[in-house]
Order: sequence, then C-alpha cells, then structure tokens
Amino acid sequence: LASTAFAASVVAPGDVAIEDGAVSKSLTGAPGDAAEGRKTFADRKLGNCLACHAVTDQSEQLFHGEVGPPLDGVGDRWSEAELRAILVNSKAIFSEDTIMPGFYTLDVGVDVREDLVGKTILTAEQVEDVVAYLITLKE
Amino acid sequence: MAAIMSGGMWASVVLAGPSDDKLVIDEQIEMTTRTAAPEGHPLDEVISGWHYRTPETRALETDTFQNPGMLAVEEGAQIWETVEGTEGKSCATCHGDASESMAGVGANYPKWDEDSGKPINIELQINKCRVENMGAEPYKFDKDGQKPLTAFIKHQSLGQPVALDLSQGDMQTWWDKGKDLYYRRTGQLNLSCATCHEDYNGYRIRADHLSQGNANGFPTYRLKQGALVSIHNRFRGCIRDTRAEYPAAFSDDLMALEVYVTWRGSGLSVETPAVRQ
Ligand code: HEC
Ligand code: HEC
Ligand code: HEC
Repeated sequence: LASTAFAASVVAPGDVAIEDGAVSKSLTGAPGDAAEGRKTFADRKLGNCLACHAVTDQSEQLFHGEVGPPLDGVGDRWSEAELRAILVNSKAIFSEDTIMPGFYTLDVGVDVREDLVGKTILTAEQVEDVVAYLITLKE
Repeated sequence: MAAIMSGGMWASVVLAGPSDDKLVIDEQIEMTTRTAAPEGHPLDEVISGWHYRTPETRALETDTFQNPGMLAVEEGAQIWETVEGTEGKSCATCHGDASESMAGVGANYPKWDEDSGKPINIELQINKCRVENMGAEPYKFDKDGQKPLTAFIKHQSLGQPVALDLSQGDMQTWWDKGKDLYYRRTGQLNLSCATCHEDYNGYRIRADHLSQGNANGFPTYRLKQGALVSIHNRFRGCIRDTRAEYPAAFSDDLMALEVYVTWRGSGLSVETPAVRQ
C-alpha cells in the first residue's frame, strides 16, 4: 500500500514541466537523500556522472572525466529547481547538441535498446537524491 | 549558458590531449599519424588513435616484436598458405607472395564491388574468394581465420596512406548514408559518433581518452580484451554503449559507416595491427 501511494505522487517523465529553466517541485513530492545521491552519482550503471564530470568531494574514486565542467561549487551556481531541470533534460537547458544525457526524459535517441524503451536513465527518486547531493556541493 | 559551456573551456583542467610523439615502427617506417583533413572534413587535422593512448601502449606499436597483434598476423600468414575447400587451393595459389600481391591493397578498402552492387571490405573479399575461388565456406563474423587473415592483408599496407576512391560505382551514395548515420543520435543516452569523436576528442570520458575514432589501425589489438578487434565489432560496441540496439556485422548500415569512417581517416598510415587500450 505504501509503495502504491508513493508511486501515485511521482510525476511521469512526460508530465515534468520545465519553466524558465527550472523544475520547482520534487518529482516524488518528497526531498531526496543526499547520501544515496552521492552513490548514484558515481555508479557507472546509474548516473555515471563521473564519466564526464570531476568533483573533489569524490576524490576517492579513480578517474573523473573532463568532458563537462567540474561540479565543485555547483550548489552555489544553480538553485535546486535549476539543478533538477538540468538532470531531467539537459537538452532543454544547455542546447539540443549537448553531450549530457537527459536523465528523466523520454526524448531520447533512435533504436533504443529493446528492454529500455519507455524507461528513463534514472528514476524520479534517484533524480531527487542526486539533486539533494548536488546542492551540498558548495565552495 | 550553452554558448559559454561548449567543449574546451575548463581552464582549470589540464586536458590530456593527443600526444606530440612521432610513430616510427622498427626505427624504419615513418608513419603518418597526423595529417591535413581531406576536403569536406569537419575537422582541420586528422589524428590517429595512437596519439591518444598512454606512453606504454604507444611504445608497443613501435616495435613489431613487441606488438602483441603480430602473433595474429603470423597466424594470418599461415592461413594464407593453407589449402582449403573443394578446389584444393590456398590464397597463395592464386595470389602468390602477399608482400607483393597485397602491398597497398588494404589501404584502399572498402572498394566498390560490381557483383554485389555494394561496397566490399577485406573481410567480405576474403569470403568472396573462399566461396567463389576455393569452394570453401565463408567465415562467420569474427570467427575462425577472419580477423587474423584480415589483419595479415592490411598489414601488407603498413605505412601506406588510407585512400578511398569514392568515384567507383555508387560509393558516394554509401558515403552519404554513412555520414547520416555518423551524426544520428542513438539509444537512451542519445549520443552520435560525432558527439564523442568529433566534439570531444582529446577529452577523458572517465578512464577512456576519446580519440577521433579513426579506422586506420583495424583490426586493432586491444589490451583490454587481449585479442584482435574488428572494425564492425568496434562500431557495434560504440553503438551499444549509447544503450541502443546495434546493426548486424556487414549490414548495409555498418558497411556505409565503414566507408564514411574510413574516409574520415584519409591520409593516415595503415597501422594494422594497431595497439589500443
Ligand atoms: C556524457 C557526458 C555527461 C554526463 C554523463 C553528465 N554530464 Fe553533466 N554536463 C556535461 C556537459 C558537457 C556540461 C556542460 C554543458 C554543455 O556543454 O552542454 C554539463 C553540465 C552539467 C551541469 C552544470 C554545470 C555547471 O558547472 O554549471 C550540472 C549540474 C551537471 N552537468 C550535472 C550532471 C550530473 C548530476 C550527471 C549525472 C547524473 C551528469 N551531469 C552527467 C556532460 C555530462
Ligand atoms: C582461384 C583463385 C583465387 C583464390 C584461391 C583466392 N583468390 Fe583472392 N582473388 C582472386 C581474383 C581473380 C581476384 C580479383 C577479382 C575479384 O575481386 O574476385 C581476387 C581478389 C582478391 C583480393 C582483392 C585484391 C584487390 O586488389 O582489391 C583480396 C584481398 C583477395 N583476393 C584475398 C584472397 C584471400 C585472403 C584468399 C584466401 C582465403 C584468396 N584471395 C583466394 C582469385 C583468388
Ligand atoms: C559515448 C561515447 C562514444 C560514442 C557515442 C561512440 N564512441 Fe567510438 N569510442 C569511444 C571510446 C571511449 C573509444 C576508445 C578510445 C578511443 O579511441 O576513442 C572509442 C573508439 C572508437 C574507435 C577506435 C579508434 C582507434 O583508434 O582504435 C572507432 C573506429 C570508433 N570508436 C568509432 C565510433 C563510431 C563509428 C561511432 C558511432 C556509431 C562511435 N564510435 C560512437 C566512445 C564513443
């Protein structure tokens, strides 16, 4: 029962409204868990954010990418609502051509792997966790 | 934001970039690993994947005795002499000494094949000769002698510049199709070949150092796999990494991609078997 109630309050990927480069409300209706977000960020099967971004807070991890900007201080540069929008669909924030994937959008490439059709890279809960983590990255 | 954020502006990061070394094999063969791009190429300079590897990996390619891919090339040399099929022939029966008959040949593939009305690569040309001239079964993708024999034939062009003749048959149409595929975003990660190899070559993507994704070293020896890797296997791996379904080896899509990607490396020396991580 609890999980049904939880699922009902989750905003579906197609229903997320990005307004003025921001998504103001939590996708789950609840705040994320920053400690979980820190793990999702590094996990190669989930966010794999380190593939492209370096971040001093995770210096225990080998190999940080340099394709995107280092995320130190990203919690100062962007608001929580803006960070959520960047994660949901980076293409709507940066440009159509950005290399950064949209983590909670169905606006994806062609020939998507069969078992992933209709699925987003991260769940709403995972997005909220990562947002909660990013907001802690202050300088 | 988008404008200030395009690639190459993180002044605080020391980018690894391609190395400045020169590749000379066995202190004899001076390889062209950087050259001016052909007309119509989106980049100014064409750079071999060799420049993007670590000093240790680069060193392995400078010495044929150290190059672990040379074992497979030797295996290919033996297959060349081996009689197979109902006609009682080997490759050597018709083509003799490969160092003469195959010198420079691999540098010009894919070529136009009148019989099939499509481009043909070395792997398919081997199969054509096996079936039509030897009465033998065609090799299945990446199986049996396919990789070693392909590497052996391409190795006879070591140091020769990659040069395709796009005026043959419908080669230009296949080049066009390959170009479309190169810029088409695939999979859940929504990436094209160009996103990684054109926009971000020279950058690290986690532990990998992105190159221009050129085809001049194939089949390449990959240290990670401890084996030769064919060009269609590499294409499929890169497409799979975008979380997309990938086309069959030797399908029209991958043949078109091979024509276009090989052309992007025009002027680079054939490095087969190149050593990669
Ligand atoms: C394949 C590369 C790639 C991946 C994976 C990636 N990003 Fe990005 N990201 C970029 C690039 C590149 C930019 C800069 C915008 C641009 O150039 O399009 C960026 C920008 C950002 C920004 C704004 C940065 C700033 O300093 O203003 C944030 C925040 C961000 N990414 C977070 C994330 C998070 C969190 C993840 C993982 C869940 C992630 N990114 C995964 C490539 C990537
Ligand atoms: C009975 C003779 C015969 C045998 C045996 C034979 N070939 Fe061929 N091969 C030919 C002929 C004839 C051509 C040119 C016409 C064509 O494309 O079919 C050719 C063309 C080629 C080419 C293309 C050369 C170019 O200039 O583009 C390659 C590569 C090749 N063969 C490799 C092989 C290999 C490898 C084998 C053994 C597995 C082999 N051949 C066995 C007759 C033979
Ligand atoms: C997510 C990023 C990414 C995408 C998208 C991608 N590749 Fe790659 N590719 C890599 C990485 C990483 C390597 C290994 C390091 C290198 O050589 O760049 C590689 C290697 C290659 C190589 C071997 C280069 C060499 O010197 O041995 C070729 C060829 C290649 N890719 C072609 C393609 C083609 C064609 C596409 C599109 C169908 C493509 N790649 C899409 C990341 C990517």
